[in-house]
Amino acid sequence: MSTSLLFAVLLILSLGGYLLGRRRALGAAGGKITGLHSLPTFYGWYVVIWCGLPSLLLFGLWVAAEDSIVRVLVQNALPPEMLSLRADQLSLLMSNVRNVAYGLVPMDHADPQLRPIAEHYITLHQISTAALWVVALVLLIAGMLSGLRRISPEFRARNRVEQVAQWLLITASTLAVFTTIGIVLSLVFEAARFFAKINALEFLFGLTWSPQMAIRVDQVGSSGAFGAVPLFAGTLLIAAIAMIVAVPVGLMSAVYMAEYAPQNLRAWVKPALEVLAGIPTVVYGFFAALTVAPFVQQAGSALGLEVASQSALAAGLVMGIMIIPFVSSLSDDVINAVPQSLRDGSYGLGATQSETIRKVILPAALPGIAASVILAFSRALGETMIVVMAAGLAANITANPLAAVSTVTVHIAALLVGDQEFDSPKTLAAFALGLVLFIVTLALNIIALNIVKKYREQYD
Amino acid sequence: MTDMAAEPNQLAAMPADQGIHMTDKAKRRLKARYAAERRFRLIGMAAILFSLAALAVLLFTILGNGFTAFRQTHVQLEIQFEPDQIAPVGTTDTAKLMQGNYGALITKSLQQRFPEASSRSNRRALEALMSAGAEVQLARMVADDPSLLGQTRKVWLPAHSNVDVFVKGQVDTTAAEADRRIKDNQLGWINALKATGDLELRFNTRFFTGADSREPELVGVWGGVVGSFYTLLVTLAVAFPLGIMAAIYLEEFAPKNRWTEIIEVNINNLAAVPSIVYGLLGLAVFIGFFGMPRSAPFVGGLVLALMSLPVIIIAARAALRAVPPSIRQAALGLGASPLQAVLHHVLPLAMPGILTGTIIAMAHALGETAPLLMIGMVAFIVDVPATPVDAATVLPVQIFMWADSAERGFVEKTSAAIIVLLVFLLLMNLAAILLRKKFERRW
Repeated sequence: MSTSLLFAVLLILSLGGYLLGRRRALGAAGGKITGLHSLPTFYGWYVVIWCGLPSLLLFGLWVAAEDSIVRVLVQNALPPEMLSLRADQLSLLMSNVRNVAYGLVPMDHADPQLRPIAEHYITLHQISTAALWVVALVLLIAGMLSGLRRISPEFRARNRVEQVAQWLLITASTLAVFTTIGIVLSLVFEAARFFAKINALEFLFGLTWSPQMAIRVDQVGSSGAFGAVPLFAGTLLIAAIAMIVAVPVGLMSAVYMAEYAPQNLRAWVKPALEVLAGIPTVVYGFFAALTVAPFVQQAGSALGLEVASQSALAAGLVMGIMIIPFVSSLSDDVINAVPQSLRDGSYGLGATQSETIRKVILPAALPGIAASVILAFSRALGETMIVVMAAGLAANITANPLAAVSTVTVHIAALLVGDQEFDSPKTLAAFALGLVLFIVTLALNIIALNIVKKYREQYD
Repeated sequence: MTDMAAEPNQLAAMPADQGIHMTDKAKRRLKARYAAERRFRLIGMAAILFSLAALAVLLFTILGNGFTAFRQTHVQLEIQFEPDQIAPVGTTDTAKLMQGNYGALITKSLQQRFPEASSRSNRRALEALMSAGAEVQLARMVADDPSLLGQTRKVWLPAHSNVDVFVKGQVDTTAAEADRRIKDNQLGWINALKATGDLELRFNTRFFTGADSREPELVGVWGGVVGSFYTLLVTLAVAFPLGIMAAIYLEEFAPKNRWTEIIEVNINNLAAVPSIVYGLLGLAVFIGFFGMPRSAPFVGGLVLALMSLPVIIIAARAALRAVPPSIRQAALGLGASPLQAVLHHVLPLAMPGILTGTIIAMAHALGETAPLLMIGMVAFIVDVPATPVDAATVLPVQIFMWADSAERGFVEKTSAAIIVLLVFLLLMNLAAILLRKKFERRW
């Protein structure tokens, strides 16, 4: 609470700095704007940069780092008999302490052993907050004074302010790079911890997936097997079913819309297809589990086939429907980009419209279509909610679309949803799976983007 | 000219079976080609029809399953607010009033209505007609208005979910008694209540004002809506300014060099990273490294902001690019600095396009579920969150959790929550379309 109050105070004081800076600049120029190098607002902003930027930066870093520092300090001050606990017990203890300290568990209900630790925690927290108030305010006022001191009619405030603004813009644009680095580092770090416990080759090529670790040493039947091949196979099976639905339907829709459909039909159908892409995946998942899966099962049993209640077919079908617009809208674009001269040439030789499409336009648009199919495939691999809700957890290796299979994303979700410890192989396995998923989808994207790039050069 | 004019005559003079395009073989070939043309066209139409039919089936299934949830079975009971069961007349202490034995009041009222149901098992079956929320509702009534003590009022109270799905005809009523949740004796009572107008479907206010519950008849979407609102607020606050700033730099100022190329490739690739990977990032960095709380809209909003950022940047760049260079040149010619030219002239003109892209990105973030599961927003939370750092759930995750529940009563609630979500998405997309229509400028 008091940190958010401090944030508000910092903002208000910075605003005050703006007004002071303006006033001082106008005063220094004798109240005439023409006497100043820059507009008065720039002098105001200049002071804001001096007082707001450092103090808010400090504030952000402090708030981000405070918790981990306090945690380490508390942990180091633990009584010796607690320090000798195993790592996972220690982290459990610490989270209990935090619960008490944050008031999630009332102090009187807390374990008497934990009480002094929690109080220590609270004290450190309070000290840190008080220190932050002092340091941030001192920094702000010092910045404000030194900013105000520099103001004179000849001072080139606009140039300075714009320099800083330029740096802010650059920083914002690098955020995308930092996101990527963050993704890669977090996945690689956690996956490395996983591979320290489980052999990477066993993970990539093992044929059994049953990520149950024994909690006690003497527990039976939960040795924990981390062979991810069944998950890879299941992911590919469901994605393949989805592509079997989405590619022909999406491609033919695109062809019809680009080449045959009259303008007014196109104006209605194209948005309708895009609605399919706008429906949240959790809705598709519900639809798959509630309607499509029972339907597939009934249809199968009517034909005398044995269909699992969570069949790969149902999940794949619904995923295919979801992916249709991805294929169709991208293919539509590339078909429209094929030059009219190719069509005219083909008609001039007496080809019918469908012959022109099949023998001229589609071959010409093939690279773009291939890219759209690859992008759609990568989307199918990474899709989570449909398979979580409709495919289940049974990790089987099978090519039978009527059997139940599971996917990489389902198991990432299953391993991480709910409470878990941070360093059990079970939790870390999710990051290893995520790393594989990230690498594969990234590779597919790069391939697709390169194809698109090459293709564009061809006709532009 | 004369030669050409003579040609048709020559052709006409030729017998029909002599031209190489007039042989039977050629005619058959032509017929086959035209048939292939028609087939191809039909396949195209079938593809579009398939997609549209899938959309229609999806929407109709959801609507058909969901619209019943907007009305809920209620039973009107004559409740005597006996001070013996609650608290002495004149008590105003809310905590004390809330602790009263309201279940006994309901049981007594039901028994007075059906005196024949006196055996122990019958009494239990009678009590099972009513929702657990009925007691809470009575307690709230008394707490709000302590003068009710000692009085008798007719009150509409929610019925149990089993009764509700039965009344709505969502379960097989012809099954053998042992297979039914509603037994024959309960059936008789329900019909008796219906006959006197004391059991009816009433508008389900609770669904729009309440939060999650274990009982399907007591659930509401408001908790999820508020959670989604806070989450999107954080997402917007982070992604919108940063996205615009990044787009301005890349489109207006960035030199063409290796570094900006890396950034661009990065943005394009980030736009296609599976959303669940962002969830892993949020879990490892925000929760694992920075120690932020689990289940909080604040953290969810940050994760979704990272996810929407590339989309917003791409849209904003397209909008900036669409502003003609003459605007910049005019501003620069009048002495504006490059930054002033962009901020005062180019950006306002690009704003409608940027806003359209942002709204669409926000609509996407609103429907996103998987990354929020990773950061623990899949918790059972019965309170409407008050701030962005309280534990909360969001609408799509709420849908996921209800879809996972076994009770029959949750099916319609899940569908109804989906309807609410789709209405929000529709409104956002409409706003985007209107914005585009109103401010779209062709230069």
